[in-house]
Order: sequence, then C-alpha cells, then structure tokens
Amino acid sequence: MTDMPDTTLTSDTSHDEPTAGEYDDAAGYYTLGDPIQDAKAPAGPIADRWQTRKFEARLVNPANRRKLSIIIVGTGLAGGAAAATLGEAGYNVKSFCYQDSARRAHSIAAQGGINAAKNYKEDGDSVHRLFYDTVKGGDYRSRESNVYRLAEVSVNIIDQCVAQGVPFAREYGGLLDNRSFGGVQVSRTFYARGQTGQQLLIGAYQAMERQVAAGTVEEFTRHEMLEVIVADGRARGIIARDMVTGEIETHLADVVVLASGGYGNVFYLSTNAMGSNVTAAWRAHRKGAYMANPCYTQIHPTCIPVSGEHQSKLTLMSESLRNDGRIWVPKKKEDCTKDPRDIPEEDRDYYLERIYPSFGNLVPRDIASRQAKNVCDEGRGVGPLVGDFRRGVYLDFADAIKRLGEDAVREKYDNLFDMYERITGENPYQVPMRIYPAVHYVMGGLWVDYDLQSTIPGLFVTGEANFSDHGANRLGASALMQGLADGYFVLPHTIRDYLSEGPFEKIDESHEAVVEARKSVEDRVAKLLSINGTRSVDSYHKELGHIMWEYCGMERTAEGLRKAIDMIRELRADFWTNVKVLGAADTLNQSLEKAGRVADFFELGELMCIDALNRRESCGGHFRAESQTEDGEALRHDDEFAYVAAWEFTEGDEPPVLHKEDLVYTAIEMKQRSYK
Amino acid sequence: MTDGMNLTLNIWRQTGPDDKGSIHSYQVEGISSDMSFLEMLDVLNEQLNARGEEPIAFDSDCREGICGMCSLMINGEAHGPEVTTTCQLHMRSFKDGDTITIEPWRASAFPVIKDLVVDRGALDRIIQSGGYISANTGSAPEANSVPVPRDKAMRAFNVATCIGCGACVAACPNGSASLFVGAKITHLGELPQGQPERYSRVVDMVGQHDHEGFGGCTNIGECAAACPKEIPLDVISQLNKDLRTALKQGH
Repeated sequence: MTDMPDTTLTSDTSHDEPTAGEYDDAAGYYTLGDPIQDAKAPAGPIADRWQTRKFEARLVNPANRRKLSIIIVGTGLAGGAAAATLGEAGYNVKSFCYQDSARRAHSIAAQGGINAAKNYKEDGDSVHRLFYDTVKGGDYRSRESNVYRLAEVSVNIIDQCVAQGVPFAREYGGLLDNRSFGGVQVSRTFYARGQTGQQLLIGAYQAMERQVAAGTVEEFTRHEMLEVIVADGRARGIIARDMVTGEIETHLADVVVLASGGYGNVFYLSTNAMGSNVTAAWRAHRKGAYMANPCYTQIHPTCIPVSGEHQSKLTLMSESLRNDGRIWVPKKKEDCTKDPRDIPEEDRDYYLERIYPSFGNLVPRDIASRQAKNVCDEGRGVGPLVGDFRRGVYLDFADAIKRLGEDAVREKYDNLFDMYERITGENPYQVPMRIYPAVHYVMGGLWVDYDLQSTIPGLFVTGEANFSDHGANRLGASALMQGLADGYFVLPHTIRDYLSEGPFEKIDESHEAVVEARKSVEDRVAKLLSINGTRSVDSYHKELGHIMWEYCGMERTAEGLRKAIDMIRELRADFWTNVKVLGAADTLNQSLEKAGRVADFFELGELMCIDALNRRESCGGHFRAESQTEDGEALRHDDEFAYVAAWEFTEGDEPPVLHKEDLVYTAIEMKQRSYK
Repeated sequence: MTDGMNLTLNIWRQTGPDDKGSIHSYQVEGISSDMSFLEMLDVLNEQLNARGEEPIAFDSDCREGICGMCSLMINGEAHGPEVTTTCQLHMRSFKDGDTITIEPWRASAFPVIKDLVVDRGALDRIIQSGGYISANTGSAPEANSVPVPRDKAMRAFNVATCIGCGACVAACPNGSASLFVGAKITHLGELPQGQPERYSRVVDMVGQHDHEGFGGCTNIGECAAACPKEIPLDVISQLNKDLRTALKQGH
C-alpha cells in the first residue's frame, strides 16, 4: 500500500543525476534506465511489415480457442470491437465496463468522423498518404510501423462497419460520402452527421451483444477494475468491484486486455465523460507496465467555455465551425464586458488572421488553443469572470451570415448552433459564439510493442489507453480509426501469437498474487472510507485539475512544472489524511468510486509533470516556453527528443525510471511545421 | 450572471433494491441559471457531504446528451420539461422559488438499484435477442459494393440516433419499450444489409421485450413526446408491420 503516503514528499534533488543532453530539467525527479525497443515489428519494407507479422504470428487451433479465456476492460470502440471479434473466433471473453451498459462508453461522443484511405474521391489519397499525414500530424513522435499498419487496415474498418449496418452519410447514388476534415487536403473522412462515434460504437456494441447471446462473451456492467493480477510473470486476471453490491471479485484468465480509454479527466474539466479515469491503466503501471509520453495531451480549441465554478464538464463543438467563423477578442481590455456587437471593427483583434495570415482561423488545434489562452491571460478574454480571468474568445459568424445568408449557415451548422444555445442560453445567429480550449484526448498511454503488448507479458493495451499511433498530436477523425483498427483487425491477430503458448497453468484464488491483489484493493477501499476528514473528493479533484491546467496544459515552463509537482505532492498527502467519503463499501457508492479514481489521478498528474519537465521541446500539442523560435513558434529538438519516454513505476520515494525508445524513420523524413 | 435561484427539491431516496424508499425534501440556494440540472444536483451533493449525509446517487456519464446514461423523472416528465436529456437540461428552464420533484425511471422492467439509479439491463437483453446484423469481422464485402438509396439511409440514420436511455419506457403508462424496439427494427430493416435477418429479428426482439416485463403499446404517443432524440412514433407502425409480415411467413 505504498500509494498512501503518510508524509508529504518534497522535491528532492539529491538522487543520482542522470546524464542527458545540454539541459536536464528533470534532474533529480527521475533516474535513467536501459533503452527499450519494440521487438515485434518485422524488419523489411514498411508496406510489408503487417503482412509479415500476421503470417509469423502463431495460430490457435479453433478447438483450442474455447479453452482460452480473455478479459477485456472497457467497451468503447477498441474494447467492444475486440470482444466481438475474439468472441466470434471462439475464445471465452469476459468484458467489463463501469457504465450500466456497454453501449455508453465514451467513444460514443465523438462527432466528426473516421478516416480511411479508400480514395473513393480519386483525389490522390492512399495508404501511404494517410500514413504520412498521421506521422506528420503527430509531429514525428509516433512509431512508424504502427502508424503504417493503422493506415493499412483503415479500409477494412469501413467495410466492416457498413456490413454491420452503420448508417454512414451517403450520396444520392447510394454510395458513401466523404468530407475533408482537420485541414487535410484529401476527402477521406466517413461520417454519420455529427454522431459518427455513436453510430460506430453502436455497431461494435451490437456485434458484441450478438456474442453475448452466442455465449462466447460474458458481460460485467457496473464493474470497475481496481487491480491487475500478475502471477508468475504474466497478467492472469483482474480484481474488480461490483459497483452495485460492492463485492470485490476475482476474475482469472489467460490474457488481459485494457481498452479503458484516456485520462483527460486528470484536468477535472475535460470533454471526457464524468466516469472516464486512469485507474485500470494506472494499476497496471504500478504492476510493471510502462507509461509512455504521459504529458502528450490534446487540447481542442472549439469548446463551450466554462460558465462558473459549478462546471462539471466541457462540451466540444466540431472544429468545422472554424471554416466559417472568425475568431477575435477586443483590442482593449475595457471592451471585454461590452456587447460584442457594439465593438467597432477597428477595435477588434482577429488575432489568428493577424499572426498567421496564410492559415488564419484554420491553424492546427494546438496553435488555435494556445493563442486563445494567451489573449485571455493578457486580460482580453470575454464572457463570465472565472477565477481571475475571462476565459473565452469570440467565434463570430456575422460575416458568414452576410456572405452566405442565415439559411445557408443554418443548413451547415444547425445542430451545433442549437447545442450552443441550449448550453449557454445565447443565440449564436445573433450574438457571436464564445469558445475556449478544453482537454479532449491524450496521446500518451501505456507503452506497447507492435503487438500492442505492454511490458507485462499477457497484458495488451488498445485504443486511447495505449500510446502508439498519434505521436505528440492526433489528427481529427483518427481516434475512431485507431480504436476500431486495434479492436477489429490488429489485436485479434497479435493476441493469438501470445495465446498459442496457452492455456497457461491454472491458478486459483489462493495464489499469492491473487491474495495480494485482493488484499490491496480491500485495504484501499477500507482506508478511503475510514479517513473521514473534512474535504469532498470533488474539491480535491478540482484543485488537482486547476494545477494541471495551469502548469501542465498548453504551455509549460520548467519552473511551473516543478512548482506543480510540489503542489500535487502536498495535495495528495492532504487527500490521504483529510478526504471525506461517506457511505458504505457494500453498496452503490459513487463517492467511493470517485475517490479511488482521484487517488490515481494524483500519481498520474505528478508523472505527467515529470515527463513534461524532461521534454524540453515544443512538440505536437504542447508548447515549452523554453523552446521556441525567434517569432514565438514551437521548436522541436529531434537531436535530443526523438524518442518515446517510457516510464517505469518505482515503489516508495524512489523517482520513476525513464526508458527511452528511439524513434527511427525509414519511410518518412522529419520536418519542422510552419503555418505562417 | 449569478442570479441565484432558491429551490425546494423533493427527491426519491431508496437505500437499495429491497428498501421501500420515500421522498425527501431539500433546499438549495444560489443556483445559477447557467448550471445544468445535474450540476445543480452536484451542488446539493457537496452540501450533503459537508453535513455528513450520504450524497444522492444518480446516473450520468458523458453529460453531453449522447451516452444515454442519465435518467431522471423531473416533475413527472422523463428528462424534464425540454426535449433533451437530463444532462442537457439547464436551470434556466426553472425559476426562483420552484419546487422540483425528482424520481427515478418508473417501470417494472427497470428495478431501482439505489436512489435515482435504475437497472436497464433489459434493454441490452433485447438487443442480444436480435438487434444486430450478423457480420463476423473480416467477412465484410467492399463497402461501396452495396449502394443504399439515400432516403433509406437517411431514415435508418434518423432512428439509429436512439441513445437507449429508456425515457420512452418511463413516459409510457404501460411501461412499453416499443419505441426502443421499433427504432432498432427500422434502423436495421431499412438497410440492405439488414434484410436476411429482418423477420426473425422482429419476432425475437418482441418476444424478449414481452419476456422482460415491458407492457404493450396502445398508441398513446408519450414515448415519442419524451424521446430526447425525437424518434418518431411511426417506428412502432413499422414494428407492427414487420411483425405481421414475419408471422404470416411462419416465423
């Protein structure tokens, strides 16, 4: 139970100084371990690697599959698709989710679409171009082999979803429609109005429910995984809490798959669902799975701003709005509280058009987000005062309405405008919208090899929970692609290679690894309920989120990150002595659920700050103030940081160990971005 | 912006499935009209926690109107007075001094777990009985090899927007899930891919629906009025039509 410190940790710089490049900002906060590498991607031309791996991965005879059991945690696109596919193949699958139904996983909220290199528009798209765009979009911090495979299987995903009855948008001739998305120059995005994630998830969910009826998949809803069981060097099961009865349950299997999503809720306010959490991944990390690039966070520029301290989550609006809306703030601070319609043209600062004349309002997500924060930090934000600042900028459709007419704007953006009005009570046809960036997705996650296996043998990680495909920044419409690629087409092939060695020696509940895992879960639950302090779980979560947003958000500095680490350590120590969790262990207890998640967010938050401190470069979705060009743009350092930072957990006060995986590009040349 | 409404909340509290349960009354003050309804309940729960009373259990997850997890009867209406989900209902729909009664979904097929949380597993079991197209991974033909007429694709999409929240059941005096079943029957039945199983699907899903204890449809229309995704009532006509055809064909 080393996760319950009884003393406050302070930043201690007396640890062994690791050797690194010119700067070592994180010296004292980590130690350097052996390099790590992906041993599974075959050598040879990039276009042949996946075919080679599929051929070389050992097979499992159909008669043996029913003797093998698989636990899958999470029922989003990655988990639901994997459960369906592995069930169809004849394995025994146990599927877990914390929601009341598998259909509610947060993949459902994705709006825009899913990329696939079908080249239906004959506009020059190809597997290689999708691969190229994804690596470039990730700012050359993703693993080339994985991304190529993602692009390669993307075409199969669309076929599969159409066969399941996913109602994609179609043209009058009855064929599938595509649109261009996120600034790419080809139309490769398939969509179902603004509800693509919902329709894809329902497809995967229905396929999985079909396997439940067939008896190959058993579902455990309202169950939360609280520990992974690692016995004799292999992941062999999980400890889960039945959230209705409070019972702590042991589930054993031959292999465990985590498809448990991202950890954006470490920021408290994000576009994630209320229940989205890091606990499954973090528990695995504590048992030996390396956490890769945890500081890589994507902040989406077009969200509805915070309206007050009560805010519980943020809602994203499709960034397609930037195609026609113009972003501005008042030039003068004293205008910020005026009705925007009364501010004359010459007193408005269309700052993106000013700073980036060629891309204007369509600059990439990270730039649009960072500049919005900058103008608000200068005191030129608009909307309600939240804390010390007004956190909002105008997204104005007045010109578009004048140019195209209100009806044309309505036709394009009707549902988004309605959603905005429902949440803010303001009519965006008459008053400019207000937007502000929000945490939306995390590119970091558990480290996996080409087979999607973590550093714990038998523990596979898919979807947003792993780190593999998006580098330092994810392109629009690529999250759905990755989730379904992993679940339908990648994991089912790679997991069989591992399972061909099974069934593994039977273990039961008396195995010391099971006893230890169960005891740690039971002790933790008892501890959280026994503290009986004075502060609610939410109040801690909000404070942690505030620290993360200020110091480990869009723009980071070494000084700020060190400060954040101290603040998080102090807050975490306070949590374990002063949190107030009411209710009992043996019933539905939402405060208890939240407390366990927030406890893990503290530890993750600290590691994110250490990772961000170490990475003294501006890259992808994040900006290090110490690493910028003369005109204030992001500056990457490929000579020092073209690696995956894979962190190993250490017990007690020992700092985490950094293992570097060098990123080697054979099919693509690294370039700096420029949007000026 | 902080107009600060004071409200009286009458909320159903029930410690567990076997508890009888009762309405408890609470006061909240200074509620902003910009808050969502669930954020207002978050405020109440923080107050309860501070004074040592166990917070009220209620379901929510995405809080952007798409996951279908939130489920409250508000003043006797499923998801409250607006055509939206509970999580998208905002306090500007209420006024200072209002008394608001909050209850869980009421239907015998949705047993209460605790306070405002119910078990909707019956809806999953209806899907398991046939709410899918059998297409194993890897067996799919090229996506554009089967064109789908645009009007059929549009109708399929419009009813595929069902979020499985169960408001239709909660609103129906008979506790029927016919709108939910009809939406799925229509979604899959409009598409060429859904044809091979069209008639076995409707028979199996209706059988499971009845087995779960949902009531029959008597064309009242409360379901469609309460549906946050505005699934139209004609999906139930489609359901009945497909069922009749299926039975005539001997399914």
